[in-house]
Amino acid sequence: MKKLKPIVLTTTALSMLPVMADSDENFVMANIDPDWRAECSECHIAYPPQLLSKQSWGAVMSNLSDHFGSDASLDDETTAKITAFLLDHAGRSRKQSEPVLRITETRWFKHEHDEVREVTWQKADGASNCAACHQGAEQFNYDEDFIKLPR
Amino acid sequence: MKHHVYLILLMASGVLYAADTPQSMMERYATEAKAEQSDFQGFSAERGEVFFKSTHGGDWSCASCHTSVPTQSGEHAGTGKTIKPLAPSVNSERFTRLKKTEKWFKRNCNDVLDRPCTAVEKGDVMTYLLSL
Ligand code: HEC
Repeated sequence: MKKLKPIVLTTTALSMLPVMADSDENFVMANIDPDWRAECSECHIAYPPQLLSKQSWGAVMSNLSDHFGSDASLDDETTAKITAFLLDHAGRSRKQSEPVLRITETRWFKHEHDEVREVTWQKADGASNCAACHQGAEQFNYDEDFIKLPR
Repeated sequence: MKHHVYLILLMASGVLYAADTPQSMMERYATEAKAEQSDFQGFSAERGEVFFKSTHGGDWSCASCHTSVPTQSGEHAGTGKTIKPLAPSVNSERFTRLKKTEKWFKRNCNDVLDRPCTAVEKGDVMTYLLSL
């Protein structure tokens, strides 16, 4: 019972629930796609698929040649494989009229980070650099116990 | 029996991963360069260095992410993530998989030049990086 509580809280408070979390924000995935892990971690760490909805991942993956201003294009086969993995593990969210493409612009992200001060964002080199504070980010562990603010 | 399996696996992985070398890529780009330019005279490290350090009409140069000292680690200009050095003398993984190299030339050239790189440009950059 004790273990379930944080998940339940996240669900009700934020309407986007990270499925398969073994604790609040530790994203444990049974079958990690090696292409996803390799390809999506070359410019930034591989962001947990649970953090965006199916709709959002679909939109991101259909426009990789203009990926937030950079060309991140992949061959069709790899794109299809990674898209399938992302959709399979995507978070659930309310239907959006316009899919949110940036994780940092989701309600979930903003809520979780509403106490982070501007200087911290600056020291972290921006909000896309999860590992600046989340020591376990490369292992998809965002548990509060593993946060260390940059100095 | 077990040993045989290991041996076969070892051989297979050798074939898969050791197929491309910086030299084999250079040969490939040289062939393409001759088709591109009838008076192609060979690649130039100096031209490659100038190309690498210049912006080409946009905000970024190759050095924006790979630094102007490509024997050192770089940092992605957009996300801050560390990028291992490009020079094969300090990073032996570089230019060992044609598919990876081509993927990045396509992306990076599009980001910096807003067009694909020519074979001459790729060969020049590689010649420069191999000279370091
Ligand atoms: C916005 C950042 C950025 C810019 C600008 C950039 N690169 Fe890269 N480049 C990367 C990243 C990220 C990688 C892949 C990460 C890795 O392999 O360590 C990479 C990889 C490469 C590779 C792959 C080498 C291999 O086979 O392992 C080559 C070649 C390369 N870049 C050349 C260039 C050239 C030439 C330019 C300029 C036209 C350039 N890059 C501009 C970010 C950049």
